[in-house]
Amino acid sequence: MIYEPSLMAVLIFGAIVAVTLGLSFWLGAKAKSAKGYFAAGGGIHWFVNGVAFAGDYLSAASFLGICGMIAFYGYDGFLYSIGYLAGWIVALFVIAEPLKRMGRFTFADALDSKFQSRGIKLAAAISTLAVSIFYLIPQMVGAGALITPLLGFPHYVGVLMVGTIVILIVVTAGMVSTTYVQFLKGSLLVIFSTILTILILQRGLSTEPVNDGKNTHQFQILGPVAANDLQTWKNELKLTDQDKLTPLEQGAWEKKGILQLTQDGKTSYWKISENEEGQFFLSETQYKLTTSQGAVIINGLPQGTGEGETDFYPVGRISKLPGDKTETGPLGITSFLSTIRESEIILWGSESVTEEDDSTLTIYFPKPTSGEKVLSPGNHPKFAGIRGDQFYEKLNFLSLMLALFCGTASLPHILIRYYTVKDQASARKSTIVGIGSIGYFYILTLFMGLGAMTSGAMDVTNSNMAAPLLAKSIGDWLFAIISAIAFTTVLGTVSGLIIASSGAVVHDLMSSFMKIEMTDSAKVRVAKIASVVVGLIAIILGILFEKFNVNYLVGWAFSVAASANLPALVMLLFWPKTTKQGITVAIFTGMITSLGWILMSADSYKGIYGWDPETAIVPFSQPGLVTIPLGFIVLIVVSLMTQPKTQESVN
Amino acid sequence: MAGFDHGPNEPEEEESLETISRNTRLGLILFVVYLILYGGFVFLNTFSPARMELVVVAGLNLAIVYGFMLIIAAFVLALIYGWMCRNEIDSPTTENGEAKS
Repeated sequence: MIYEPSLMAVLIFGAIVAVTLGLSFWLGAKAKSAKGYFAAGGGIHWFVNGVAFAGDYLSAASFLGICGMIAFYGYDGFLYSIGYLAGWIVALFVIAEPLKRMGRFTFADALDSKFQSRGIKLAAAISTLAVSIFYLIPQMVGAGALITPLLGFPHYVGVLMVGTIVILIVVTAGMVSTTYVQFLKGSLLVIFSTILTILILQRGLSTEPVNDGKNTHQFQILGPVAANDLQTWKNELKLTDQDKLTPLEQGAWEKKGILQLTQDGKTSYWKISENEEGQFFLSETQYKLTTSQGAVIINGLPQGTGEGETDFYPVGRISKLPGDKTETGPLGITSFLSTIRESEIILWGSESVTEEDDSTLTIYFPKPTSGEKVLSPGNHPKFAGIRGDQFYEKLNFLSLMLALFCGTASLPHILIRYYTVKDQASARKSTIVGIGSIGYFYILTLFMGLGAMTSGAMDVTNSNMAAPLLAKSIGDWLFAIISAIAFTTVLGTVSGLIIASSGAVVHDLMSSFMKIEMTDSAKVRVAKIASVVVGLIAIILGILFEKFNVNYLVGWAFSVAASANLPALVMLLFWPKTTKQGITVAIFTGMITSLGWILMSADSYKGIYGWDPETAIVPFSQPGLVTIPLGFIVLIVVSLMTQPKTQESVN
Repeated sequence: MAGFDHGPNEPEEEESLETISRNTRLGLILFVVYLILYGGFVFLNTFSPARMELVVVAGLNLAIVYGFMLIIAAFVLALIYGWMCRNEIDSPTTENGEAKS
């Protein structure tokens, strides 16, 4: 969709971002030593740190990705909310306390204090870098998704902007400023999500949502008729002899149930669907045709806002409310959910085929879905398997939920935040504050997602846009504020990740592994150079991965983090026989197998290489279920093989 | 230790071994409680998704109720943990372990 920027939105947005950055520069001026740069001097209040936890964790993926997934597929997006939060339980109850007791709060430091092994430092540094960069991708993609509707720039400009600003923040400031940025942003996010949720409930549900002062486009549905028969359709559509209605059957379109209609020289596509009584319907679709010359045709006309041009209609509405009402008026928390459960909602699916001449036709078609289905798992194509009998599909789901559960405690930029409070009680208190704010926010995601789903304002081509567009359907001011918060969200998370990676490069790789002697100020200088490099990598990847739902990408980052780091962390803390060889091998095994698994999965085949997903090597896409246990097994086996000879006497 | 000065992170709290093991045990017990809740949720979703559609209370289905409950349970367990741990380490060094480098 093409987005028209509004001046007020840009001004509000600019003001919020400027204040945040100004604050970070001002605070950053106070932090000059290496300690201040990386750990904020250890003097941040636990409440501030707790909200900053929420700020760190509620990344672009949580906000944009989860809202988008719920808006497009219902309950499935909420599963991510639940999994992300559950991960905090592992962090708080299992990892944080013993790790704190060792006096260490990063993965590499904890390992270092026990073993002093260069191999481990190398492994830990590389895995920190890999996880951070993987986690950076969705943040950058989210940044692009935000900038597009707000300022009207293309995706890559948004990614470049975020990349540049973040590099500036990190280079000039460090951990103190990112902590305060995260605190501000975490608070704003929770407050304005609450306001947005209240406005959604106030607005209630309507079968004809008003968006931008205009009613939504009513997509035609023809039928029902008894038979799936071309002649019946022709009569129904009152077609003249010049009009042509033919099934779209060539090549990959075979059996997709789509009819091509040529009327007045204009082509449209219609999707055939069948209801439970065996009646057939024909639904109006939207389509995008990218010709081999690169021209973009939307619904038969060139894409644009001028004369003779057109653009996608916004979508997403309720088609039937309970009792055949047209609108409900204000709703409460439970009545909102129960009303949706009794309604029928139009979700959208898509089919896309690229022909040999490089032209691509993507058809988006409405899928009327019962509220019961919307509010239960299994609507997302990636989750649909749990409703079927395919065992591998079920394993894929288990695998994802396991990775989300185990991933949080293994994320380098989350653990680093424990450095920033002064003692153990503070660390504990800030985690509780963090869990409280994050959990509260995740409950709101369900309302925001469903509100977006029924707002009539969705961009059928991009689920990452759901939350900002929902806000826009309520008011431009809210849109500007929500976008600015989401943008600072991206800034904060990206800065945290870049600091974690540059710390890994300087501290673990150069200082400890390569044994390069550096003064404090030299370290900070090298860290800043490393930050610039990591930032540039993130920018490039953010542009490449534009079309992925950011949330799905985060699922992968969690898988890699959990596979590489969790076995080593847990065993180090709870199994006295763990050896340095065991840890080194386990980190590399977890990291390489999970990355390899992802790269060989059907999702990568389809999304990255453009190959046939059927030919993928691994049976399901999420690696966690295989690679996390594998990490543990490898660690145990290698440790047992490399027990020190004096072990008996030591014990 | 060479390398970055992570000074403030030295363990400042003088905890008795007894406190440590009680805290660790408490953490593990609460973890297992949550693991059972979460595991139940995931397995229900995986192997009996139709059951998640059943209406439990106030027009809300099991999927929503269980999901909300998991989020609230996480916070409640965290509170219990924080509260019980604080009782365990009631020593004067807890609140004023100043950062030192």
